[in-house]
Amino acid sequence: MKLLKILPVVLLLIVSGAQAAGVEVKLDRAPVDERNLVSLQRGAQVFVNYCLNCHSANYMRYNRLQDLGLTEQQIRDNLLFTDAKIGDLMKIAMDPKDSKAWFGASPPDLTVIARSRASHAGSGADWLYTYLRSFYRDASRPSGWNNAVFPNVGMPHVLWELQGEQVMKEAKVQAPGYVKTEQKLALAKPGTMTPIEYDYLVADLVNYMTYMAEPARHSRKTMGIYVLLFLGLMFVLAYMLKKEFWKDVH
Amino acid sequence: MAASQKQPVTGAGPFNGILTWVDQRLPLMQLWREHLSEYYAPKNFNFWYYFGSLAMVVLVLQIVTGIFLTMHYKPDAALAFASVEYIMRDVPGGWLIRYMHSTGASAFFVVVYLHMLRGLMYGSYQKPRELIWIFGMVIYLCLMAEAFFGYLLPWGQMSFWGAQVIINLFDALPLIGPDLSLWIRGDYVVSDATLNRFFAFHVIAIPLVLVGLVAAHIMALHEVGSNNPDGVEIKANKDPQTGHPVDGIPFHPYYTVKDALGVVVFAIVFSTILFFMPEFGGYFLEYNNFIPADPLKTPSHIAPVWYFTPYYSILRAATDDFMWALAVGVIAFVALIVLTATNKTLKMGAVAAGAVTLVAFFAIEAKVWGVLLMGAATLIFFILPWLDQSPVKSIRYKGVLFRTALTIFIIDFIVLGYFGTQPVTTAGTLISQIATLVYFAFFALMPWYSKMDKTRPEPQRVTL
Amino acid sequence: MADKEMDQGKRRFLVAATSVAGGVATGAVAVPLVTSMLPSERAKAAGAPVEVDISKLAPGEQMTVEWRGKPVWIVRRTKEMLETVTKGDDKVADPDSKKLMQPAYAKNEFRSIKPDYLVVVGICTHLGCSPVGKFNVGPEAFDANWQGGFYCPCHGSLFDLAGRVYKNKPAPDNLVIPPYKYLSDTRLLIGDDSKGA
Repeated sequence: MKLLKILPVVLLLIVSGAQAAGVEVKLDRAPVDERNLVSLQRGAQVFVNYCLNCHSANYMRYNRLQDLGLTEQQIRDNLLFTDAKIGDLMKIAMDPKDSKAWFGASPPDLTVIARSRASHAGSGADWLYTYLRSFYRDASRPSGWNNAVFPNVGMPHVLWELQGEQVMKEAKVQAPGYVKTEQKLALAKPGTMTPIEYDYLVADLVNYMTYMAEPARHSRKTMGIYVLLFLGLMFVLAYMLKKEFWKDVH
Repeated sequence: MAASQKQPVTGAGPFNGILTWVDQRLPLMQLWREHLSEYYAPKNFNFWYYFGSLAMVVLVLQIVTGIFLTMHYKPDAALAFASVEYIMRDVPGGWLIRYMHSTGASAFFVVVYLHMLRGLMYGSYQKPRELIWIFGMVIYLCLMAEAFFGYLLPWGQMSFWGAQVIINLFDALPLIGPDLSLWIRGDYVVSDATLNRFFAFHVIAIPLVLVGLVAAHIMALHEVGSNNPDGVEIKANKDPQTGHPVDGIPFHPYYTVKDALGVVVFAIVFSTILFFMPEFGGYFLEYNNFIPADPLKTPSHIAPVWYFTPYYSILRAATDDFMWALAVGVIAFVALIVLTATNKTLKMGAVAAGAVTLVAFFAIEAKVWGVLLMGAATLIFFILPWLDQSPVKSIRYKGVLFRTALTIFIIDFIVLGYFGTQPVTTAGTLISQIATLVYFAFFALMPWYSKMDKTRPEPQRVTL
Repeated sequence: MADKEMDQGKRRFLVAATSVAGGVATGAVAVPLVTSMLPSERAKAAGAPVEVDISKLAPGEQMTVEWRGKPVWIVRRTKEMLETVTKGDDKVADPDSKKLMQPAYAKNEFRSIKPDYLVVVGICTHLGCSPVGKFNVGPEAFDANWQGGFYCPCHGSLFDLAGRVYKNKPAPDNLVIPPYKYLSDTRLLIGDDSKGA
């Protein structure tokens, strides 16, 4: 009987074990912080400047950016470059057919990309954070760029002026007991930013994209705490009630 | 006048008047007494007896949240995905309703699987509760259909390709297969037509059936009375003065307060998942389903939602080589019947059926058998009441054979479920195949091991 | 049994407390359900203020713009039209616009910020039909001495050129004047009359 009682626990362990399996690419952990408004605002700015030309965010409204501590006027002045209204969705003018001809694939909508890119290897933010820092020069590709996380990606490295140009190099790595060769990214030509500055920029962008994928995320967690506190109180009451009535039985 | 002969309602304070008025026109108090205040339930219910009432709670939650989601959702292939994101962002409180519904779907299966396990453990399917068990199994099948139809609605990649794969299963059936799958889809691919009909089934057809079946399940239960962890019939031992079972207590207030506690604990677990990990590591909301359905591109790894994966493993286990193993199993099974049965007709029938099955194994391709095995794996539960030959109900008094068999079966079910979530590997397929054989052996061999089992005598009274 | 009596009090308290907590919980679950039926962000965005260019509107003409899914008429009234309004005070039910059917800045003779431009929601205050503009003076089937105004085809309510309802008609009130402001001489913003910005 004891065995049957611990079954749910065993089940949970197996479930959590499933997440560890199937790791393909090692992803860097994205330093996202949904409460850092400065980072989110900067991320939004990077997003509308660099991403929102080819990629849409068709389910996100501009005025929702008030979540990031901005006023409607600030959004209009700093983040809204099209003739869209403040309540409009973040659509783009590019026709998916054209972009398919240019890049080989239509740039996907980015609203929920941070959720869809999650896997057992890491969160969607981790994937984006690693991906945006893993472009390298590859003359064999039509765009001249390739990516270590997303091989043969259609997108060129849009942030290359900031990051500079990376190349894929063979490097000898000291493993315990033997030396192995690994493909490693190396910065060949520096950009306008130092690697650390660039990492911060990408972190802010990914932070914003994580927010955009689920704007209710922050309020969800806050609300959850209150709900659990209330349920804790209810538990005490329900427990006492049950105990009281069951005195008759025991 | 019958109406005026009824006793006035008492004990409801200021509502006595109105309740009396209603009661004289509707068997309100009779229902209350029969199902709550004078429904005598065994007093030794344990942890496992919470899940029935929890299943009811989740059913109500799913129906209520579903109604409000329907107000905003668009069953149109061009709009469906966007309308879900619209609910998540633009509808006030929409994200909460959607998460309640998506978490509720998985919670439903968690609760129902535990409820079924309870039945297996304490022999709740045995005489005289066969019909309760059968209604329960039909509910389970409906629930699977409901979940399957509902899963297409967000119109993400997993929705689309999951439906594609499952509908193509029917394709494998001999003769009618291709026409049947075409009829289910209403198109040559999973499309707008499919989405629309799945929506209709999900929001009205199946829920109606479900509610009816739940009513039947409970009516059948209250007719014969609840089983309990000791498997003792409490009605057999009544207090001569009151006429109530000595080991029974009124459902209300004792089990209403106890179930209320269960609901609160459930709500705590449910809310923790809902508010802090609504995707539950990709098991409750699959990551790929945040990509809109694309009929031209299959995701690199598709697996059904976790609650279907044991059956999915059985489906994938059926390869050409596996049919040989299955054939050996069938021969052994027929031999067992021939050796042990005393009834001549039964022996002849078993040999004939075995021979037909063996021919069919190799005459019909393995893909079809995958589908048939998967179907059989769900349907075999229906005959469980007649497979179990044990003189006692509860696992407490069953012997080591049944206990071992059930433990193996539970582990087996989890193993099948786990490999159903994983990409196909040689080792994984082999394990799934062994697990499939074990799954069916649990049922096929039950008449023998449950009979041979050394049971202990049931007590006269329930133990607390 | 003294114990039993004490139990009863405790039981009553616990039943009441748990019921109240359960009620609160149920109510809390109902909150998102009920609020989900309020206008969504999409509906609010569609109801955002509308900017209108009135530079091309000739005297005596009417244009219609959509605001919150309702028709808003902009009529450029001529001198003659304005005179019919001044002279028609005795025909209308509420000549001084006492009822709050307009923002304070439009509570005047012509029910507008600038006399020549009438901005009004084109929805009859009776049952919500949209009246028709009948600007020509002369006998009409519904009024032999018609001075120009709006006629509602549903139930025959009449409004003058300031949107004031005629006496003895089904419609109880004058037509609604929406909040609006002039962004410049030729640009109107309908739906927003806030100062500044």
